[in-house]
This record gives sequence, C-alpha cells and structure tokens, in this order.
Amino acid sequence: ACLLLRGRSPQSATFSRELHLGPDGPASSPAAAPRRLPFSRVTVEDLTFFGKTLPGRAITDPDLVQSSNEDWLKSVRGSSEVLLRPQTTQEVSQILSYCHSRNLAVNSQGGNTGLVGGSVPVYDEIILSTSLMNSILSFDKISGILTCQAGCVLENLSLYLEERDYIMPLDLGAKGSCQIGGNVATNAGGLRLLRYGSLHGTVLGLEVVLADGRVLDCLSTLRKDNTGYDLKQLFIGSEGTLGVITAVSILCPRKPKSVNVVFLGCETFDQLLKTFQLCKGMLGEILSAFEFLDSECMRLLNTHLKLANPISDCPFYIVIETSGSDSDHDSQKLHNFLEEAMTSLLVTDGTVATEESKIKTLWSMRERVTEALTHDGFTYKYDISLPVERIYQLVTDMREHLGKRARSVVGYGHVGDGNLHLNVTSPAKDPALLASIEPFIYEWTAKFQGSISAEHGLGLKKRNYIYYSKSRPAVAVMGKMKTLLDPKGILNPYKTLPDDLK
Amino acid sequence: MSGRVLVGVKRVIDYAVKIRVKPDNTGVVTDGVKHSMNPFCEIAVEEAVKLKEKKLVKEVVAVSCGPQQSQETIRTALAMGADRGIHVEVSGKDYETLGPLQVSKIMAALAKKEDAQIIILGKQAIDDDCNQTGQMTAALLDWPQGTFASEVTLDGDKIKVVREIDGGLETIKINTPAVLTADLRLNTPRYATLPNIMKAKKKKIANVKPADLGVNLTSKLEVLRVEDPPQRQAGMKVETVEDLVGKLKESGKV
Repeated sequence: ACLLLRGRSPQSATFSRELHLGPDGPASSPAAAPRRLPFSRVTVEDLTFFGKTLPGRAITDPDLVQSSNEDWLKSVRGSSEVLLRPQTTQEVSQILSYCHSRNLAVNSQGGNTGLVGGSVPVYDEIILSTSLMNSILSFDKISGILTCQAGCVLENLSLYLEERDYIMPLDLGAKGSCQIGGNVATNAGGLRLLRYGSLHGTVLGLEVVLADGRVLDCLSTLRKDNTGYDLKQLFIGSEGTLGVITAVSILCPRKPKSVNVVFLGCETFDQLLKTFQLCKGMLGEILSAFEFLDSECMRLLNTHLKLANPISDCPFYIVIETSGSDSDHDSQKLHNFLEEAMTSLLVTDGTVATEESKIKTLWSMRERVTEALTHDGFTYKYDISLPVERIYQLVTDMREHLGKRARSVVGYGHVGDGNLHLNVTSPAKDPALLASIEPFIYEWTAKFQGSISAEHGLGLKKRNYIYYSKSRPAVAVMGKMKTLLDPKGILNPYKTLPDDLK
Repeated sequence: MSGRVLVGVKRVIDYAVKIRVKPDNTGVVTDGVKHSMNPFCEIAVEEAVKLKEKKLVKEVVAVSCGPQQSQETIRTALAMGADRGIHVEVSGKDYETLGPLQVSKIMAALAKKEDAQIIILGKQAIDDDCNQTGQMTAALLDWPQGTFASEVTLDGDKIKVVREIDGGLETIKINTPAVLTADLRLNTPRYATLPNIMKAKKKKIANVKPADLGVNLTSKLEVLRVEDPPQRQAGMKVETVEDLVGKLKESGKV
C-alpha cells in the first residue's frame, strides 16, 4: 500500500514501489522505514542550482556524502546523493524555497549524533547540513544571553562561554560533535537538566526557515515576552519536521566557582533512592547532577575502555555534582551530606573530586558508558521516563525476560530526572532478540504512564511507538500542525510522526 | 630506625587548567585558578602509603611549603593515607622566590628534626619542571638518592630502586636513610575514599615557620620575564603539486 498524506497530490498515478530494507529486513517491524514517498528525484538542473547557490558547498562526491548518510550508531543508512552546506540563513531559505517548489525531500542534519535514526536520510532526501553555520552572533555579559548560528558545536560554545565566566545550560556526552541547532530540534536533555531545566525554558528565541523558504524570525533575546503564541516552543523538539532552525538565542548560567563531583557506591537501588532524597535535602540548591550506573556498566567500562573503578565494586554507582559560588560553604554542605550518608549506611563506598583533572575522570565513568557499549556488540538502546522508584525494576524485569538471549543488559542514566537508559547488547543484529525486547519494554513503560522516549526523541526508529505515550487526539493535532507548516511533507519525512496519520 | 617517611607535596595549578601569562609578564595568573597536588607528588604519597600498608614503614608524614592554601594539599595526602602533616608557612615575597634550593633546605632540616628514614618526593613539579629538589635534599643531607624511581623495594636497611633513564631501566641498591623521587610509572595513585576523607579531617597538621628550622629563604635567582611560547602559525592548503613547489620556493625552503 502507498501512503498518502492529506493535502498532497501525487505527481503521477503510479508510484514506484521500492522496498526499503529497514533495520530488520523488509518493512515489518514498526521501527523499519515505510516505502519511499513520491518526492521528486534530484536532476542535473537541481545540482546546477545548488552549485550556483552554494559554490563549492554542494557536495555530490559519494565518499564525502557517505558519512552523512549513516548515523553515529551505524544502525541506519540512507542513500542520499547530495550534501548541502549553507553558511547563512539566506542560503537555507533559497534552498528550501527551491526544494519546496520542486517537491524534493530534505533531511536537516547537525552533528549527526542522534540515537533514533532521525539525523540521516531514509532514502535519497537531500542532506542539509548546518555544520558551516558556526558563528557566534552575540553574547551579552550582563544577562548571559548567547545568540549563535545553529551549527555551533556545543563544546565550542561551552569553551567560549567559560572564558567569559558563563556555561551552557546543557551538557551531554556528545558535546564534542553535537550542534546547538540539533540540540534544540531534539529538545536535548543531558546531565545538567536537573539544575538548569530543559531547552523549553532556556531557549529565548529561534530563527527558523519554514518548508517553503520563508524565514520566521523569532530570535528574541527577552527573558519575558507574552505577546501572542510562543511559536518557538513548537520547533523545540520538533526534530526538524516543522522547520529548519538556523539561529538560537539561549540564556546561560554563570560558571560556578566551586564544583565538586562525588562518586558513590550503594548496595541496593532502594538505598540509592534514599541517598537521592538525602542529597536533595542537604545539598538541594547546589546540586547540579545526579546520575547512576549499575555494576554491569562498570564491568563494560573496565573491560572495553580499561577504565578502573575509582572505588570498590558495588551493585550501583552514583555520580553527584554540586555547583556553587563559595567553595568553603559547598565543601561544608558536602561534608555533612557524606557523613550522614555513610553513618546511616546508605552508601558503602565513595570518593570526592575537586580538582578539574579528577572531576573529568569521575565524569567519564558515566559519560563513556555509551562508548563502552559500542564495543560490546550490537546495541539496542532505550531511553525511558518512569516514576523514579520504578526505574530499576524495568532493568531487572528485562534481564529476567531476555535470559541468555542477550549478551549484556545495562541500566544507567539521569535518575534525578526519572530517566533510564536501558541498553541490551548482542553479538550481532538479532531480530529474534528485538522481537523479545519490543513491544515488551513499551508495554511495561505504558503500564506505569512513562515515556517511551524521555530525551532521545522519536526519529525514524520510534515514530510508530508514539501511541504508548501520547493519546490519539493529541497525535492527530500534531498531524495537523505538520500539515499546516509543511503541507508537502518535504522536511525530514518518515520520521517523528507515526505512519498511520492520515 | 624510626620507620618514618617524609613525603613532600606541592600545590600547583591543576594540569587541566589553561595557563595564562600575567599582562605584566612577571609570572602566570594564579588568582582564582584551580590548584591541586602536583601529580608526581601524588605518586610519591601513594608509594609511601603502600609501604606503610605493607608494614615496612611505621609513619607517613606529608609536608608542604607555601601559603595557607597548602593545607588543602596536605589534607589530600592525609585522605590518601598519610598519618599527619607539617605545613611550613611561606607566603608573600618569600613564596614568590621559593624554589628547589629553599625547599630542599627545609626538607633536610625537617628530616633531621623528625628523624626520617626515607624522603619521597615527586621527580619534578609541573609548574617549574625543575627536577632539582630531590637531588639537592640528598646532597644537603649527604644521603644516597634513587631518582626517577619506577620501582622501589625495601630490603633490610637497603633500598633497591629501578630507575627510568634514557637508555632504559637502571637498577641500583642504596643505603638508608635515602631520598627517592617518584616517576610516572611507579604506581597509580588511589582515589581518596570517603571513610579516609572523613578520617583525614581529624588528623593533625602542625604549623612550622622556616625560621624555626633555621632556614634562610633568600634566593639568588631573579625571574626577569615570563612569556607565552610563540604562536603556532596556521598552515596553508594548496590544490596541486605545482602550487606546493611554488610555495616552497617562495618561502625559500627549496
């Protein structure tokens, strides 16, 4: 069957029926790609236009386009033949206006670090990369408001701000590659959300180019502005399906004078949760991160990355970070908390770091788990939000459910935000294993009103699972918004919204 | 034999911090900059604590020379397992000119006062890269020295030291009392674990002035100027081999 989105007319009566081989063979699993929609194909005339509009930056060399066709996990690959690298909003506008008139599908791409197959083409969509849009436009030292192009790499923004005594309000393991436009498009969470909140709160303005090339300038730098509907909120987390973000203005916090990182070991998850409560009570206002990893994660870090355990072996590990303005006060608060945690036996071991070099080492125990997993085999990644007391139960239930079929089943993540990263590895891609994991994990999550994608988004892989976490009426309204802003459906097709939306 | 080990620990700018030269070129910016224990001193402390755990020595005393903040560095050593600390107070102008000669005079005086059997120091500090304090201390005390140690074994009243040298590894046997300096591969310093961090708060740090030890801190060295290394010039990409040859000729390289 062919898919027809309302409002779009087919170019011709017959469609080319191509079978896209999804990650598990012919389109059978909900995660696999649907058939190619009847977009136009790129012609020589199109290439001429791109070459004129972006001299030297319209790339068709297969070797150069190849890496942009595949995601970081090497789990999905498209067959795009064109990689465009604009430098200005004007160029993005010209490209989209042209593609819209030609009915050419476009896949916007930032750092290509997404984990749900949303950043790479499914078929031959033109890749629109923001990598060359990497200028910082302005920074206000008094308000801490940073305005920059969407292609700025998160780590570079952090370094720029740190020199000026500020920091980015978000931080994630992919910081060396991910770009702020992509972060905003996916409403990235990360390690600091606990303290500074989500991008829905910290982003003050956006400049977005719509599907037909119109530039929507909502790039305000005001902290408060209640004049009409707050359009930028639509684009935050829209995964490039409603418009292409070209510039961002974001509110940045001051760089803390005193940062401490604590690495603790707990016997049970229950003790971990009690430690979290104690932590919030005694460290509350200086707490900037509360992450956990289990002993299986530690085993992978030891084995594949040769990272030694800083403390003794425990079933659960916590990484706590405090950020404050006075190192004496913070040390005192931390000391009191640690003493209490130890005497009440909530924590069986731990270590503290105040020096930057040691802080980096302790953080890498948490940040490099994703990397360690890639060395353990083919990884099935899940990113779930649950009531915090249920988080680890899902991991133990999954282990029991999968038994010997999986190589490793690990749990880690932003326990402070109720967000679990559950990963299952196997020696190779295993459709039978996948069939055991899904929909078991989604049904389990839905049973406790959790989210089947806390921060990774839906992309290609999870688009059809949206109903586990959102109601049909809600998804129907989403469909209407998509039709309103992108009637031809050329922006990141096949992603984010489920296939059954008519 | 007292079974006492003296370990010198130096407070330096943390190695992960980007160093900035002061605008007046008299030194580097230290105000508000993250400091920590010199990495080679950490290795020295670890070795001393290991010796104590093997019951080959009885007491580990951590020593630091500097201003008030040096006490934090001593606390870190205590958290790693040192038994007590000695803070030799040096501040202001004296601290600016404090160098290996002055520190080695202090260490020598303390070694006699504390009846130390072994002194372990880091091979060098990452801020001045002098690599002199261990050697000078041994000379002042007329003790043997095992420098650049990558392996230390106590053998009765002698110490076997495997040293890292340009040609490879050299093994020597020296009498005690002796001075050792720690090289990178001697050990991997432990993380200070919570129980030890808590215990460390209760351990004693004695306060001593250089004058009490009869040490004169005057330096015969004067720092004239501190500068950044020259900026690395950007490279240039060329399209063809002809261009490359042309550019090489232009710049006089061929």
